[in-house]
Amino acid sequence: MAYGETAHAGHDDHAKPSFVRRWLMSTNHKDIGTLYLIFAIVAGMIGGALSVMMRMELAEPGIQIFTHLAINPVTGQPDLDRARQIFNVFISAHGLIMIFFMVMPALIGGFGNWFVPLMIGAPDMAFPRMNNISFWLLVPALGLLVMSMFVGEGPGGGWTIYPPLAVLGNSSTPGGDASIDLAIFALHVAGISSILGAINFITTILNMRAPGMTLHKMPLFVWSVLVTVFLLLLALPVLAGAITMLLTDRNFGTHFFDAQGGGDPILFQHLFWFFGHPEVYILILPGFGIISQVVSTFSKKPVFGYLGMAYAMVGIGVIGFVVWAHHMFTVGMNVDTQAYFVAATLVIAVPTGIKIFSWIATMWGGSIEFKTPMLFALGMIFLFTVGGVTGVILANASVDQSMHDTYYVVAHFHYTMSMGALFSMFAGFYYWVGKMWGVQYNEFLGKLHFWISFIGVNLIFFPQHFLGMAGMPRRIPDYNDVYQGWNHVSSMGAYLSYAGAILFLIIIVEAFMRKRKVADNPWGEGATTLEWTLSSPPPFHQFNDLPRIK
Amino acid sequence: MSRLKSIAAVTGSLLCFAAAGAAFADIPVKGEAKPWQLGFQVAATDVMQQNAWFHDKLLLPLSVAIALFVLALMIYVFIRFNAKANPVPSKTAHNTTVEVVWTVIPTIIVAVIGIIGVRQVYFQDAPPADLAAWSGVAPVGKEVVLKATGNRWYWEYEYPEEGVSFSSIMIEDADLKPGQPRLLSVDNHVVIPVNTVIRLQVTANPQDVLHAWTIPSFGVKVDAVPGRLNERWFRVLPGFEGRYYGQCSELCGQRHSAMPIAVDVVSREDYEAWLAKTKAASNGAPAGQTTIALNTGAAE
Repeated sequence: MAYGETAHAGHDDHAKPSFVRRWLMSTNHKDIGTLYLIFAIVAGMIGGALSVMMRMELAEPGIQIFTHLAINPVTGQPDLDRARQIFNVFISAHGLIMIFFMVMPALIGGFGNWFVPLMIGAPDMAFPRMNNISFWLLVPALGLLVMSMFVGEGPGGGWTIYPPLAVLGNSSTPGGDASIDLAIFALHVAGISSILGAINFITTILNMRAPGMTLHKMPLFVWSVLVTVFLLLLALPVLAGAITMLLTDRNFGTHFFDAQGGGDPILFQHLFWFFGHPEVYILILPGFGIISQVVSTFSKKPVFGYLGMAYAMVGIGVIGFVVWAHHMFTVGMNVDTQAYFVAATLVIAVPTGIKIFSWIATMWGGSIEFKTPMLFALGMIFLFTVGGVTGVILANASVDQSMHDTYYVVAHFHYTMSMGALFSMFAGFYYWVGKMWGVQYNEFLGKLHFWISFIGVNLIFFPQHFLGMAGMPRRIPDYNDVYQGWNHVSSMGAYLSYAGAILFLIIIVEAFMRKRKVADNPWGEGATTLEWTLSSPPPFHQFNDLPRIK
Repeated sequence: MSRLKSIAAVTGSLLCFAAAGAAFADIPVKGEAKPWQLGFQVAATDVMQQNAWFHDKLLLPLSVAIALFVLALMIYVFIRFNAKANPVPSKTAHNTTVEVVWTVIPTIIVAVIGIIGVRQVYFQDAPPADLAAWSGVAPVGKEVVLKATGNRWYWEYEYPEEGVSFSSIMIEDADLKPGQPRLLSVDNHVVIPVNTVIRLQVTANPQDVLHAWTIPSFGVKVDAVPGRLNERWFRVLPGFEGRYYGQCSELCGQRHSAMPIAVDVVSREDYEAWLAKTKAASNGAPAGQTTIALNTGAAE
């Protein structure tokens, strides 16, 4: 990418930095954003490959795929229990990679870094060097996590790492091998990265808005990032505390979560979900912001109910902190606690509904163009609605007795995450790829990618509702033969979806090879935010003269 | 929910009853999934019938209606307001009336769901004194206390008021007899009487990890937590005698998929007879000793 060719005269009078200086010591928010996006794509392909392996195993009853990973070196025979453990390791790694190393880096680090400064009229992030270390902490964090899979028995406790399983592993004494310790370190390092990033975004958004860019004029994507990074700043230290206690339980003889020493395994769950529930809003809120920009752009209308949309996100963020124990309805909570968490959880449906209806109202009366980003946004709106209504069902502690820890829950959260967050990411990618790198995607391939993904993810996750209601527990590598039918359909969907992911890589390569030029504003009158006033790609440094917002 | 702290390790007479599983060999299987099943398994208890009603008659139709309503709005918008049909976009960005409507109506809907849901939470916490008024059928006979203790990777059961206890271990694929479902069959079944309130107590061995005891048809799912004694209740309604299967529902390590739960629901007389036979069989076995201590598993 040659910034010099397209940059505005006068903006780019520095000497061009060398490759190492530019990419390894970067302090430019756009370059760091690009690094985050590359990182997220790599991590997403790894996390996706893990899930395809799991779906291959689950396509048929019995254990036949993971046995190939569990050959006993002495006998040459597959060790079935080892195969089962490796399946659990894949479950843990898939969840952690997708959350911490795919969705968060893409939405917050990638699109946040790229477009928050551009949208508020700022020259860069507030702390460019801290921005650099935020990114470069993620690389060793992912390394630690991948390493943990190859050490000892591997972290087999799921992404929720509940003790005592996360303390004991499959043995009867704490500690054991270092695999779970490595996974915990990975979370610590990724957590520091996110907290630093959150501080950077809060400072940037609160202090570096261009003259006239009041909070109530900020694009909704910036609002979404602002709410998200506050959630990160408040939630991640709680996770850090919980996993540090887990670490000392494992290695230094403490008993925070050990009932035999006066500790309580349920304490960890409260701490974990006090982080974990805001975390799911951390994953989806930036997506909400992207959808608002995309829907407004391609309807050629301003967002309907702007203030309602902004404060719905604030509301979701605040309520998101007081609903955590709905993940724990079966742990034996007292009945009044359950009743409170049922009520509080149901309340979240209201601001979420406001967002869905406001998007539709934004399109109402509009002049809609069905370009690829819009298709992904529309797919997200409908599929997130499906994930939302199953969330209302799960919010009831009574019915949750039948759903908890079954595939119904897996279906629910993948409808919100794998369709909500992932489709938002694709919408954002196609919306901004021309702006970011000055090359436009192929519209036909983009639409093909949408339809493959849309059909694929629905094939994977819709049948999982049926499996869950029929009683199939989650996190099992083998199931009774009656569950085969829908499992087989689900696995077919996984293969199709991964084909879609490979097509996505091809689309990126094709765009860079063909180098179709992009106008400053390829989307026309609907694209009103500040990034569309700049060249595509934007100059190396923008807004040296701050824009004034009327 | 009564929650007692830190119970002692399960000791006493841990005994094995080889006869227990075979006692009701010809019992019909009621609690299992069917191929291509779409909904819940059969609802056999007050609790599960309530859950099934709430889900099937209210939550699911409502959810489908909301999703279809959103889809219909979207399709209408696509047709009416696409760039060809409507080349000039409006500039409307506010309408207080519709904003109030789409805030108030969802609030009313979730309030109704919440009232029903919270009522169910309290009902399911402890058996109401007027259980007959809820379901039209009065329970009979003395309540049965059943205690399940999770271990890696099998369940231990105890009838504390009867002095009966045993382990229940999955039958490996190679040892299955015809008609025994894979990954669900166990050597010793839990036996409970029909139409009797069962007080289910669930815990895990203090040295162990989390597990969860559930039978989908009973609508009961309780985590087995070291150091905690969780209690739920259920009553299998008359006419639902039969065999019910469930599986451990909290990730507990490598053999998580291999610690199923099997319950035989029989008449009060059959239950009493089974109890007497089981007690008789246990006389003479040395106390504190179990003939099944560890589930080594055939795969090793």
